Order: sequence, then C-alpha cells, then structure tokens
Amino acid sequence: MTGLLADYLPLIVFIGVALFIATALLVVPFLVAFKSPDPEKLSAYECGFNAFDDARMKFDVRFYLVAILFIIFDLEVAFLFPWAITFGDLGWFGFWSMMVFLGVLTVGFVYEWRKGALEWD
Amino acid sequence: MTAWLLPLILIVVKSVALIVVLLLFVAYYLYADRKIWAAVQLRRGPNVVGPWGLWQSFADLIKFALKEPIVPDGANKLVFLLAPCVTAMLALSAWAVIPVTEGVAIANINVGILYIFAISSLSVYGIIMGGWASNSKYPFLAALRSAAQMVSYEVSIGFVIITVLLCAGSLNLADIVHAQDTRFGLLGWYWLPLFPMLVVFFVSAMAETNRPPFDLVEAESELVAGFMVEYSATPYMLFMLGEYVAIVTMCAMMAILFCGGWLSPIPFPPFTWIPGIVWFILKVTFFFFMIGMVKALVPRYRYDQLMRLGWKVFLPISLFYVVLVAGVLQATGWGAGMALRP
Amino acid sequence: MNLAAAFFYLFSAIMIASAFIVIVARNPVHSVLFLILAFVNAAGLFMIAGAEFLAMILIVVYVGAVAVLFLFVVMMLDVDFAELKEGFLQYLPIGSLIGIGVLIELLLIVGAWAVAPSSPGASPTAVAADISNTAALGQILYTKYFYLFQAAGLVLLTAMIGAIVLTLRHKPDVRRQVIADQNARTPAEVTLRKVPSRAGLQG
Repeated sequence: MTGLLADYLPLIVFIGVALFIATALLVVPFLVAFKSPDPEKLSAYECGFNAFDDARMKFDVRFYLVAILFIIFDLEVAFLFPWAITFGDLGWFGFWSMMVFLGVLTVGFVYEWRKGALEWD
Repeated sequence: MTAWLLPLILIVVKSVALIVVLLLFVAYYLYADRKIWAAVQLRRGPNVVGPWGLWQSFADLIKFALKEPIVPDGANKLVFLLAPCVTAMLALSAWAVIPVTEGVAIANINVGILYIFAISSLSVYGIIMGGWASNSKYPFLAALRSAAQMVSYEVSIGFVIITVLLCAGSLNLADIVHAQDTRFGLLGWYWLPLFPMLVVFFVSAMAETNRPPFDLVEAESELVAGFMVEYSATPYMLFMLGEYVAIVTMCAMMAILFCGGWLSPIPFPPFTWIPGIVWFILKVTFFFFMIGMVKALVPRYRYDQLMRLGWKVFLPISLFYVVLVAGVLQATGWGAGMALRP
Repeated sequence: MNLAAAFFYLFSAIMIASAFIVIVARNPVHSVLFLILAFVNAAGLFMIAGAEFLAMILIVVYVGAVAVLFLFVVMMLDVDFAELKEGFLQYLPIGSLIGIGVLIELLLIVGAWAVAPSSPGASPTAVAADISNTAALGQILYTKYFYLFQAAGLVLLTAMIGAIVLTLRHKPDVRRQVIADQNARTPAEVTLRKVPSRAGLQG
C-alpha cells in the first residue's frame, strides 16, 4: 500500500510540474505581448467571408460508428493485457479461452467488414 | 515534516530537470526535422539564427511568447485555452514512466506501458476541445477527422503492445527492456521476431501523432492549419510542442519495446562501457530521423485510404500476429517462466 | 498512510464536486468535461485502493473511448438543448424513483458492511504481496471465470452488430477505390494515349 503510493507519488508530482510549465507558457503572451484587438481580428477565419451561421453542425454518422467500434476493440485490448502477462502459467486452457474470445470478436469483425462498415465514402 | 518534504523536493527537482532536458532535446529534434526536410528538398533550412541556425528553436520560442494572443469572439474561451494546455501537459506527462537508462525513471510503476497507452489515448482531447471551442468551420472539421483517425490507429497500437507483452511478460517498461537483455545483443531484441509489428507500430505512431503522411488534421491545402487555425502565440506553440513531444515519446516507445531501450547492441566491452543513456538517445534519434525522412518522402494519404489502412490492413495483421505469437510461445513453451514478475 | 488519506479526500472531494457540476452545468460540453474529471479522480481512488490495472483501464476505456463518443454526441450532434430541458419536469418522477432505488441499494451495502464487516463479499480479498495486481487478475479471469469471460465477448459482439445495424447507412452512387484491383493491373491492360498538346482531350 505505502509502496504503491511511493511509486505513484512521483507520477502525480511530475504531472503537476508538466501542468505548471504548460500553464506558465500559456499565460506568458497574455502578460507581456502587445495587444490591440479589433473585430476583424477576433472573428472566426472563413477565407474572408463573414460566417453564415454557427460552425457546429451535423455531420456524418460514420464518425460515431468509428467511435463505437473503437470502444469495442479498446475493450478487447483491455482484456488482452492481463492475459498477455500471465500467459506463461495459464496453460493450454487459458490459451484456448482467449482464442474463443478472440474468435467471437473476429466473427463481429468479419461481419462489419462484409457489411461495409469499414468503407469510407 | 521534513521527513517527507525532502523527498518531495527531490522529486520536483528531478521532474523539472527531466522536462528541461526533454524540451532541449525536442528543440533540437525540431531543428533537425526542418533541416532533414530542407535537405531532401535541396533547400538550406533554418540557417540564420546562430551558427548553422542552431538557435532557431529558441528564437521561435521568444517570438511565440511576444506575439499577440488572439482568442476569437465566438470561441468558448475557457475550453479554447484549456485545449493547448491539456495537449502539452499530457505529452509531457508520458515521460514520467519512461526509463532513460538502468534504474532511472521518475516513477517506476508496475503498469508503465498501460499508463503510456492511457496518456496517448487522451491526447485526442486537446484536438477535439481546440476544434470545438474555436467555433469555426475549419477547426471543427479537422477535429472530427483527427478524432476518428487517432482512434482508428490506437487499436493497432494496442495489439502491437500485446505482442511485445506476450514475449516480455510484464507491464513494467524497465522489465520489458530487461527481458530483451540476452547474450545475443542486437539480435536478441524484439525487432527481429516482431519486425512486422515494429513496422505497424512505426506507421501507427505517425498516424497517432498526426505526422505527415497522415497529417490530414492540418492538411494545409484543404483545412488551412486544421484545428489550430484560430490559435496564435504560445497557445499555438503548445500544440506544436505537444505534437513533437508526442513524436519523441513514440520514438522512445519503439526504442524500449523493440530495440532494447538503453541496452548496448553489442553485449560485450568496450560497448557496454558506454552509458546506457547514450544508446537510448541514439535509438530515439534514429527513429526520429526515420520519421523525419518519411515526412519528406511520402505524399499525404487520402482520408478513405487512411481509414482503410488502419481498419482493414493493420488491425487484421496485428490481431493475427497476437494469435501467432501466443500460439508459438504456447507450443514451444518459451512463454512460460517469463510471466509473473511482480 | 496519512498521505493516502489526504489523497483519498482530495480525489473524493473533486470527484463529488465534478459529478455535481455534470448535472447542473448549462453547457452539455462542460458537463462531459467534468464527467471526464470525475472519471480521472475515480481512477485515482482505484489507485489508492491498490487496483492499478483497473485505474489505468478506467482511463483508457472510459476517458479515452467512451467520453470521446459522448463528446462527439454533445458537441456535434445538433441537439436542441433548450428542448431537452423542457422535458425535465416530465421525467422528474421516474428519475427520482431510480435515484431513490440506487440510494437504497447503496445504503444496504454500506449497512451490511457496518453490521458484519467480516461477511464474505463485504471485505475485499487482500492482494498477495508478491504478485502484481494485473497478474492476479489474469490468473483467474480466463480460467476460473471462463463462462463470464466468454459472456463478455458475446456482449461485445452484440454491441458491434448493434452499432452497425443502427448506424450504418450506405450512400448510393459512391465510387470507391479498390486498391487490390489497382495493384493487380498490368501494363498490358493499360491504354496509353498520346494527347497532342494544345488540342485538349477528345473522346
């Protein structure tokens, strides 16, 4: 417990230092740089036009599909991590157990391939 | 009081030292990147500031710090400024667990590789937040593209890491390097049996960090500067910094996972007398050079080609390789006994 | 140990505060960002409990994948949030019913733990000192809990098929590049045409 904390304390401190440096760099020009804002400068870049409407719009549902498929494969990878490091002492049962799991997901992968979910147009 | 204050100060000093050294290296990697690119295109590259332009990166830093910071009117101000900060912080944080030489890492945690995997999966946030908060069309489209792209290649990176773990049997980065410490030296490292995985990792690393030829996020001719269109001064610089630190992290990962980290390629004196950190830096520099060359030589992918490469080529190959490596290790019994390092 | 307690209170306080902001924030994107903060702090709590693998997986899966999808949905799906807010009162009864249900369950668990701390299931099994957290998981997940593990695989398969059935729409008339066909072409099949300069392409 204390050992674990001793391992992770430097990590948290390091992240804190990184955050501090990033923030420090971020605020520097706000403090030292010359500023003269005007409406043209502060408008959104649109190749010289005025923006027609809000930039946030509907987009292709395919992006959601990619995100959902990613969640599923990410979970698959998450299941593989403990298996990969205890692989040596699980024996053939552990091996086939994972192969069945991967097989089931490969069925899903083949299905999405055949349905054209991986095509991009 | 002083019992824990002293170690804490020591940790802070070490952290600051590592980040400063890292940023110095990144400054010169950036310079090298521009020089390589210039050399391939028969240009001179940066050559004005200092001898051979060696101070170029520092001149850039000062220039960025003195530029007028612009926050667009329509932007969501807080998220807009949070985005570059998060990008740079995450990119730097990954270095907390990277062992630069024997026994030298800020935090030698059990699940080091998982931590790096987690950090790299978070790096998409900087881009989504920046793209959305700008409230402008180009950044918005770029953020979308980028999120889908990074997410697609993350999966193959995960499978590649699994193949290495199958061989090494530990999630600790130092243990992964130790597992490659055999008397065959160079030939005992994982790049040889896992060479296809090194290639997949190399290409995925470029896609994950939005490097050319996968820089569709920026794709100057289509999206101007991508999600960074509305950024200026140091917020812009923090994005660039985050990108380059992430690339160097990926190079370090390739060195650790496939090329024995700090180990000497020839496992007997006088080569083993050279400090491990020198070998580590040489390996990272080698991979950075390769990535720099790819940037200069390979034309940009189209978006459908990019998605096809990730989902239809790399994913099946790396999944198949996981099964293959596991099968070979199980059948030969080489995997046994390697596992269960606490 | 003091340090652990300090971090516990820090993480818990931030987590509860950000969970509260998730509910009350007006801008849904801010809600998701605070949800991410809550996830990260939950990972910190896992870490203090010694479950380092779960902590990292929480970040990889929930923050790195699930929250990205949430952000996609709230940032970019053109939802009219004023309209959503109008339904608030309509869903208040059923929402509070579920809330009370969860509260009772939590009270039961905490109550059982307070009445009989030694009862099985109430106290977590201590992690063996000589084995890492991840390895301890790996040793039982794939063999002892074989059926549950495979069930998880089937759930993922269902999710994959469900996602495709619900969201996949093919656009008609899209010409796609077939890279295999391109690579299989030989010079013999390719017709090269000599185009005279300044004459344009005819036919």
